[in-house]
Amino acid sequence: MTVLVRGLDVELGGRRVLRSVSMEVEGGSWTAVIGPNGAGKSTLLRAVLGLRDGQGMIAVSGRDVRSMRPRQRARLVAYAPQSPRLPAGMTVFDYALLGRSPYIPHFGRETAHDRSVTAEVLERLDLADLAARTLDQLSGGERQRVVLARALAQQTPVLLLDEPTTALDIGHQQQVMELVDRLRLADGLTVVSTIHDLTLAAQYADRLELLSDGRVAASGPPADVLTRDTIAAHFDANVSVSHDAEGRPLLALERPVRPGEGAAQ
Amino acid sequence: MTSAGPRSRLRGLAARPRRERRARREQRARLRAVQLVVALVALGASILGALLVGAAGLPVSGVLKALADTVPFVHLDSGLSVVEHNVLFELRLPRVLMAALVGGLLAIAGAGYQGVFRNPLADPYLLGAAAGAGVGATLAIVAFSSAPDFAVPVAAFTGAITGVLLAYGLGQVASRGGSGGGGTGTLVLAGVAVANFLSAVQTFLQQANSQQLQRIFAWVLGGVGTADWGQLRMVAPYALIAVVVLLTHGRLLDVLAVGDEEAATLGMSAARVRFLVLLAASLATACAVAVSGLIAFVGIVVPHLVRRLAGGSYRIVLPLSLLVGGAFLELADLVARTVVAPAELPLGVVTAFVGGPFFVLVLRATRRQVDV
Ligand SMILES: Nc1ncnc2c1ncn2[C@@H]1O[C@H](COP(=O)(O)OP(=O)(O)O)[C@@H](O)[C@H]1O
Ligand SMILES: [Mg+2]
Repeated sequence: MTVLVRGLDVELGGRRVLRSVSMEVEGGSWTAVIGPNGAGKSTLLRAVLGLRDGQGMIAVSGRDVRSMRPRQRARLVAYAPQSPRLPAGMTVFDYALLGRSPYIPHFGRETAHDRSVTAEVLERLDLADLAARTLDQLSGGERQRVVLARALAQQTPVLLLDEPTTALDIGHQQQVMELVDRLRLADGLTVVSTIHDLTLAAQYADRLELLSDGRVAASGPPADVLTRDTIAAHFDANVSVSHDAEGRPLLALERPVRPGEGAAQ
Repeated sequence: MTSAGPRSRLRGLAARPRRERRARREQRARLRAVQLVVALVALGASILGALLVGAAGLPVSGVLKALADTVPFVHLDSGLSVVEHNVLFELRLPRVLMAALVGGLLAIAGAGYQGVFRNPLADPYLLGAAAGAGVGATLAIVAFSSAPDFAVPVAAFTGAITGVLLAYGLGQVASRGGSGGGGTGTLVLAGVAVANFLSAVQTFLQQANSQQLQRIFAWVLGGVGTADWGQLRMVAPYALIAVVVLLTHGRLLDVLAVGDEEAATLGMSAARVRFLVLLAASLATACAVAVSGLIAFVGIVVPHLVRRLAGGSYRIVLPLSLLVGGAFLELADLVARTVVAPAELPLGVVTAFVGGPFFVLVLRATRRQVDV
């Protein structure tokens, strides 16, 4: 299921936050949206969800998302927000079950099928043992997984993840990324995620979209986008770029050489 | 659609051992039969208790027999005199039913407001229902000093609805400029503004007509002492609509708990749910204030109690608040009419007396919970 954005302009609070952004995501692929803080990454995801108005085209599977009814859209695109609101006192199971909302009529209730789908998702994410816990009793990594579970319970072909690994230690980062990747391969999901860690993005994504100040500064396979020069230009950072066996870039921060220090070594 | 993948996969794995099915029951926050029965019994017991006690000192067995006599196909001689019979059926019974109705309405309306505003301290008077009713009732009292009985409730009802609509309209207008559809914050502020304005109007009317102060205060302090069948019949249809709408929105209020934007990504229109629930809750509030004046705290105390004891899902909080609210106000009214008998305390004073300290406890308890 493809995601297509063309010439998207979004204005928020009188400021142009996205300027003629275009992005093409092939069905079953993983695209990572990268860029410095405030570049407009989250705004781009929200626009794809129909949560932000703007000029330009946004289509999922060839259909304009803004002309879809919310329930239709919610059966097509699921979203795990950057900072989700987790209602205290709600159980993990009930929270994941919210993902079934697009299938339940306004005055209806969940069916046995909805519950079994939810239980299944929890099982897959290794959350079955936590199902009866309330959300306020979870660790950061568990919360991240629970939010993912809600999105997966929606059973949509497209998954939008906003910084799914922030606040996770390196092990849990890998765990979540592996999980998403496995689900993507198993179910043919199309994944668009924003991600801070560039090396992590390069390891998992098929393509990167580099947003900078609301524009697409570069896009393409990770090795093409993540070069020393682009990173210096858009992140204002000094990095060295090497490549792993598959040719995916590995980034390492370099301490800038200060006058009088560098020569000594 | 490539989505055939996830669906079929999940369906294939759907059958689960019984162990998990049993565990799943505790994973879901749902109204359990035992909770419902306990709440119903509490309500029934409080109603019965309230019917048995009163200034007229009716014999207990006579009251019980007279009540049983009303059941179809049961014929019992209660032994009550005609006057006693009238006291029971024309004074006590409507009052008792009204107390239960008003308590239930205020509590379920409070629960509805709390769901919409995602704040356990929201109360049914938040959007100016009380202040609007105050203006309406005061106007009716000062405009015609010998008005028919129904004038004050009708005016209070109209005032309450007008107040809420004003606040809602103002909130919509004020939030139009901003992006993202305006939140509940603007609405609350609009409610505060409208409530303050209407209170000022009411105070002005009251001061300008000080000869009616006593009647106005009697209304403001709240009570169900003057309840009769006519009033019950008047509010019953609206109360029924409000309750049915509220009870059917439990699941959607649970979805709304994740916030407007996330609710939208789950296919729900937060604005529509909020509007419907606010409308129904305000209708319930208007019914209550129209016939009982201002009775504070029921709308906060009862839902909180329910949340504590039975669970936080609105599918639990809404129905149980209705029942427990009825029982709570029934007991409060019993206290109001017995503590200083033969005189009576205003019902609003009793609930405020219990509610004030309780409110502080709620605040303390929720401060810990709310920050997520
Ligand atoms: N609701 C809003 N109103 C006004 N400005 C906003 C709003 N949301 C985000 N912005 C601004 O838009 C820009 C992009 O934000 P965002 O998409 O969240 O960036 P990122 O996710 O890349 O860090 C930022 O400058 C931010 O301040
Ligand atoms: Mg962001």
